[in-house]
Amino acid sequence: MTVVFQRTEGLTEKPYHYCPGCTHGIIHRLVGEVLEELGVLGKSIGVAPVGCSVLAYDYFNCDMHEAAHGRAPAVATGVKRVLPDHVVFTYQGDGDLASIGTAEIIHAAHRGEKITTIFVNNAIYGMTGGQMAPTTLIGQKATTSPYGRDVVHSGMPLKVSEMLSTIDGAVFVERVSVDTPSNIRKAKKIIKKAFEVQIEGKGFGIVEVLSTCPTNWGMTPTESITWLQDNMMPYYPLGNFRTPEEVK
Amino acid sequence: MAKILMKGNEAIAAAAIKAGCRYFFGYPITPQNELPEYMSREMPKAGGVFLQAESEVSAINMVYGAAGTGARVMTSSSSPGIALKQEGISYIAGAELPCVIVNISRGGPGLGGIQPAQSDYFQSTRGGGNGDYRLLVYAPATLQEAVDLTMEAFEAADFYRNPVMVLGDGMIGQMMEPVEFKEPVKRELPPKDWATVGTEMTREPNIINSLSLDAAELERMNIGLQEKYRLMQKNEVRYETYNMENAELVMVAYGTTSRIVKNAIAALKEEGINVGLIRPITLYPFPTKAFDEIPETAKSLLSVEMSMGQMIDDIKIAGNGRWPVHFYGRSGGMIPKPDDIVSRVKEIIGGAK
Repeated sequence: MTVVFQRTEGLTEKPYHYCPGCTHGIIHRLVGEVLEELGVLGKSIGVAPVGCSVLAYDYFNCDMHEAAHGRAPAVATGVKRVLPDHVVFTYQGDGDLASIGTAEIIHAAHRGEKITTIFVNNAIYGMTGGQMAPTTLIGQKATTSPYGRDVVHSGMPLKVSEMLSTIDGAVFVERVSVDTPSNIRKAKKIIKKAFEVQIEGKGFGIVEVLSTCPTNWGMTPTESITWLQDNMMPYYPLGNFRTPEEVK
Repeated sequence: MAKILMKGNEAIAAAAIKAGCRYFFGYPITPQNELPEYMSREMPKAGGVFLQAESEVSAINMVYGAAGTGARVMTSSSSPGIALKQEGISYIAGAELPCVIVNISRGGPGLGGIQPAQSDYFQSTRGGGNGDYRLLVYAPATLQEAVDLTMEAFEAADFYRNPVMVLGDGMIGQMMEPVEFKEPVKRELPPKDWATVGTEMTREPNIINSLSLDAAELERMNIGLQEKYRLMQKNEVRYETYNMENAELVMVAYGTTSRIVKNAIAALKEEGINVGLIRPITLYPFPTKAFDEIPETAKSLLSVEMSMGQMIDDIKIAGNGRWPVHFYGRSGGMIPKPDDIVSRVKEIIGGAK
C-alpha cells in the first residue's frame, strides 16, 4: 500500500483539544512538518504560550517549555542564550503576543534574538471565552466589547507585523493566512524560511498567521473562513515586511 | 587564600561565577547595579553570558528559560524589582527548576526609598507569588557570609530543584569588606535528565511546565513540593546564637541589623545587663530549634528589624507562647542605632521588673 499522507514526526500522537474548524490544527502541522523537513526536530525547543495553544507542549514532538502569558520570547531568549546551536521557537496567540507580551516580543526583535515566533492572530481571546484583543477589528463584537470595538474607546487594532518590521533586529517579518489550501501551502513555505533565518544565524524572525476562531466569533468553520477573508485580510494585508537579502 | 577587599554587590557576583553560574539576566535598579555591571565585565571572561533584559519581568523569564535547560543561572534586583519577578519565581518553583535570586533590599512599599531596609521579609519567606511554595532564603550579615551563602545557594537550588534567594540589604550591597573565595561545598546532585536540551530523537520530549488542568494531579504535585520544604526544614536551618548564657532577654535580628544588635549587647554588658541574640541565617526555613536554646533566665524576646515588624510572627510561632515578643524597628532607610536598641531593652526589662 502506498502512503500518500501521514502525520509528521514533528507532532505527537496526542489528539488535539482544539475546536472544530480551529486553524491551530493546521498551523501546528505546518510547524511540525517544517521542523521535520529541516532535520532539526532533535535540537528544537519550543515555548508554549498561555491561550488555547497552552497545551502545545503536548502536541509538538520536541522539548517544550510552558511560559507565562506573554513571556515566551523572554523564556526563549534564556534557552537560546544557553543553547545557541539549537532551534528555539515561540508559538503565541494575539492576546499573548500583542497584549501582555508586547514588551517581550519587541525586545526579542530589538536584540535580534535568533529565535522564530509563530504568531497566531485570530483577533480575539480564544481560551478565556472570547474577549476583545488588541487585534480585534472595529465594530467586531467580543465579550468585553459587547457593542463592537470602538476606536474612540479602544483605539485601532494593532498591526504587529508592520510594527515589528520597523525594528532592525527583526530580519524576517511576514504575514500569511491559512484560509485556503493555496495559502496554507504558501504559509508553510514562509514558516520554513523563518526557521532557515534562525538556522543561518541571521536574527529574529516572525510569521503572523491570520487564523479563525469559529467558536468565539459565533460562526461555523466555513463562515469564519469567509469572515477572515472579507474582514481581516483587508486590514491585515498578507505579504513580506522584512527579509534578509540572502533569504529573498 | 588571600582576602580581597570588595564591594558587596561585586563580591556576590564573583561568588556566583566561582560557583559555576554562567548565565546572568538582570536589570538596573538601585542599590544593586554594581552586581549586573560586574557580571557584564566578568561573565564573558568566564565563558558565560550576561544579558541586560528590558525589565525585571523579562529577566526572571529568561532565568526560567535558561534554568529549564539545566544551566546555573542567576538574577539580581532590589525590592520593587523583586516584586515584579514574583510571577516568574512562582512559575520556576512550580516547574521545579533551580535558580538563584539576589535581593538587595530597600525601603518600600511602592517605589519606597533607595536606602537599606528589611521590609521584604514577608515577600521572601511566604513564597511571594501565587500558590503554595517557598524559597530557601539566606540572609547574610557580612560580605564573607554573602559570598559563602551565594555559592551554597547554587548547590541548594540544584539539590532541591527550587529557587533560592540570597537576601541582603542596601548596606550588604554597598559596603566593602575583605572576602575570600573558598571552594564551594558540593552536594551530591542527581543528573539533570529533565532539562530541555533537545531530544536528539533518542528520547521522549522533556516538558518544563507548572500547569495541570487535572486537579488530582496538581494536588499530587503540590504534595511533592511540600515534601521538599519539609526536607529543607530538616536539613537547611542555619542560625547563630550569641551571648545567650544567663541572658535576661533575647533579641532576634538578621543581616546587618544583627551587627548593630551585637554592639548594643556589648554596651548593655558594660552596664551589667546580659542580653542574648538569635541570628537567623536562613529566614526560610526559620530556625525554630534555636529557641530551645533560650536560657531559663530570659523572660522576653525582642525582634529588631529594619521594617515595621515582619519577623514578629515567625518569632511568636517559634516561641509558641513561652515568651512575650517585643519589637524595635526603623523604617524608610533609617538605620537603627545601638543606643536606641539599648534604651528599648531597658524599657522592656525595666517594665518586667
